Amino acid sequence: MLKVRVIPTLLFKSVGLVKGIGFDAWRRVDTVLPAIKVYNMREVDELILLDLDATDEGREPDYASIRDFSRECFVPFCVGGGIQEVGQIRELLRAGADKVSINSAAYRNLALVTEGARLYGSQCIVVSIDCRKVEGEYYCFSHNGQENTGILLKDWAKAVEKAGAGELLITSVPLDGTMGGYDINMIKAVTGIVKIPVIASGGAGNYEHMYQAIRDGGASAVAAASIFHFTEQTPKEAKEYLFQRGVPTRIA
Amino acid sequence: METAIIDYGMGNLLSVQRAFEKCGSEAAIVDNPLELRNAERIILPGVGAFPDAMNNLKNGCWIEELNRAVLQKETPILGICLGMQLLAAKGYEGQECLGLGYIPGEVVLLDAKEEGERIPHVGWNEIEGIADTELLAGIPSGTNFYFVHSYHFRVKNQEDILCHTPYCGSFVSAVGRGHIVGTQFHPEKSQKAGFRVIKNFLRM
Repeated sequence: MLKVRVIPTLLFKSVGLVKGIGFDAWRRVDTVLPAIKVYNMREVDELILLDLDATDEGREPDYASIRDFSRECFVPFCVGGGIQEVGQIRELLRAGADKVSINSAAYRNLALVTEGARLYGSQCIVVSIDCRKVEGEYYCFSHNGQENTGILLKDWAKAVEKAGAGELLITSVPLDGTMGGYDINMIKAVTGIVKIPVIASGGAGNYEHMYQAIRDGGASAVAAASIFHFTEQTPKEAKEYLFQRGVPTRIA
Repeated sequence: METAIIDYGMGNLLSVQRAFEKCGSEAAIVDNPLELRNAERIILPGVGAFPDAMNNLKNGCWIEELNRAVLQKETPILGICLGMQLLAAKGYEGQECLGLGYIPGEVVLLDAKEEGERIPHVGWNEIEGIADTELLAGIPSGTNFYFVHSYHFRVKNQEDILCHTPYCGSFVSAVGRGHIVGTQFHPEKSQKAGFRVIKNFLRM
C-alpha cells in the first residue's frame, strides 16, 4: 500500500544585505546543510526546499547551493523558488533535485507546467499554490502569498492538473507558521476535484493536525516546517502516531 | 571505469552517482557513447517522457554502443525508473514509440483501480512476490522503496519479472533477464534498502 508521506519543508531566505552573492550562498549553506544532513540521517520520506526570495529578487534558482545540498541528500528532494523557464527545471534536476516546485511563474505562463511535464515527466512537476480565503472563496496568491491573482483555487487546481502537474502543494497563507492546524476545507476543496496527489501545507502544530489533513482533507502527504524546527516533535514520531491511527506510513 | 552512468539529458544523475559512490563504486557520468566500451557496469537513469528519452538516446548515438555493450559484451546494465521502462520493446507515453527492446513487454499508463489511488504514483510503497534473484537478494517482501511515476512496464514473460508492487491492481516494480535489470523505484532515493539493491547490482 502506498504510504502517506510526512515531509519537512525547509525555507531559505537571504537575510540582511545581499551584495556578495557568494557570501550569501555560504550563509545559506550554513543553515540549510546541517538540517538536510539531519533529515537525511533520520531517513525522512521526502524533503521540500523552497527559496523564498528568488522570485522577488528576480533571480534564478541557486544551482550551486542545490548541488551542495543534494550531495548530502539521499532522500527524495523537491526544490522550488525562482523557476521561470523550462531550462531552469533541467538545471535543477541536473543539480540533484528529484522534483521541482513551480508557483508564481505558472500564473504568468501555464505553458511552463505543460512543457516541463512533457520534457521531464509529470511526476517531477509539483505546482505549489498559496491560498487565502477572501469573502468566502479560496483564492490563489502569488509572490510568497502577497499578491492576489484573482484566480479561484478550485479553477487553478484543475487548470494545472490539466496542464500536466504531477502533484500539488497547497499552502494556507494565513495559517502558515501559526501551528494552529491545516485549513482542512482548503485541502478538501482540492483533493475532491483533482486526481493527482495533494500535499497539505501550512499550519501543522501537532500530529493530530496531520491526521486531520489526511483523514478529513484527503491529503496524500503532509508538509510541515515550524513543528519540526521549533518543537520537539519529529517526522518519525509523526509517522508512528499516524500509523497507530490507521494511516499507512513508512516506519524507517 | 567501474560504473558508467549514461548522461543523455534526462534527469537527476547526481544522486545516482553519489549513491553508487556511497556504495563503494567509482561511478562516472558519461556523455560519450564510446565510453561504454570500457565500462564494467552501465546505469541507465531517467525521469521524463519515454519518446523524448528514446529520441535523446538515438540522437546521441547511444543505441548502437548500448547494444554492443549489453547484447554482445553482456555488460551488466541497471535501468532506473524511466531507464527501466526503456528496456521494454515499446512505450505508449503520449505516442507509440519503440524502446530498446531488451525485455519483451510494453510501457503503459497506470490505471487507478481503487478509490483514492492517485496518479502519478508518488511515495513509498512495498515490493512483494520477490523472485529468487541476485539484484533483490536479502530484501524481504514488504520492504518500502521510493516511487515516482505514471507509467508502468507490462512485462510479457513471467520469468523476466523480479517483483510487484500493490498499486493500481499490481504492477511490475523490477525486471531482470540475466545481466539486464531494472527497477521502477529509485534505489538511490530509497535509503538503506535502496543501497542494498545497488550493492547487489555491483556484485553482478
